[in-house]
Amino acid sequence: MTTIDYDLEEQAAPAAEEKPKPIEKVSIVISKGSLEGIYPGLIMANGARMEGMEANVFFTFFGLDAITKKRQAHIKVATVGNPGMHIPTLIGAIPGMSWMATKMMSRKMEKLDIPPVPEFVEMIADSGAGVYGCKATVDMFGLSPDDFVPQVTGVITVGEFYEQAAGGEIVFT
Amino acid sequence: MTTIELTGIDRDAEGFLTNPQQWNEEVAAEIAREAGIAELTPRHWLVVNYMRNTYLETGEAPSIRTLGKASGVQIKELYELFPKGPAKLAARIGGIPKPHGCI
Repeated sequence: MTTIDYDLEEQAAPAAEEKPKPIEKVSIVISKGSLEGIYPGLIMANGARMEGMEANVFFTFFGLDAITKKRQAHIKVATVGNPGMHIPTLIGAIPGMSWMATKMMSRKMEKLDIPPVPEFVEMIADSGAGVYGCKATVDMFGLSPDDFVPQVTGVITVGEFYEQAAGGEIVFT
Repeated sequence: MTTIELTGIDRDAEGFLTNPQQWNEEVAAEIAREAGIAELTPRHWLVVNYMRNTYLETGEAPSIRTLGKASGVQIKELYELFPKGPAKLAARIGGIPKPHGCI
């Protein structure tokens, strides 16, 4: 057996002294279409701009609902298959349950001054963040540019997304 | 660089005043200059005063949403006036603690 003589202390020392660099840019992917799937990404994007960071939001798969005219105002909490709701699946499946849970959560969020999805997307776009739709999903769902809210900066490919994300962090939600 | 305006003013590590009573308009102008805002325009003042007055009245700084709706300056312009984060910067210039909300 060969022993490799690492000087661990010497390696660790400089890292400990260096202060981590602040994050200057984030690109957030929103891939889910439920209320609890969309909000965290919106809050993180808005929070990034509030901290003066550059931010992009990329909506893909069912996340696209958040920027689709017809669906944007009708985002619902998932009451089935969502253990965090603490509602038995069969009860969660009763018609109106998702509507009720969404109503309750929206009321709580309004109290905390968290805007509804349409207003939130507008706020984020107004803050100067890029708002993008995913081309693969748009093609798959057969959507056209007219289906999207005016705040959408563009429909881009995954390659273009990575270009936009260059030099920053990527967060997938 | 320490300036006359900021000597004797207690601030935390991020530059927020720890005692809002030590604030005055010269202090505000100096903190703004520190943050790269050469001159506070009437539009800046509208936001800074709204921020400060809300804090002094309620004990809490307004959210960016409320700021955009009630200060008289909308979100887009807020970010033009304070590119490095309107709520945070207006709070710092207004001599109140850093806002704690997520929105």
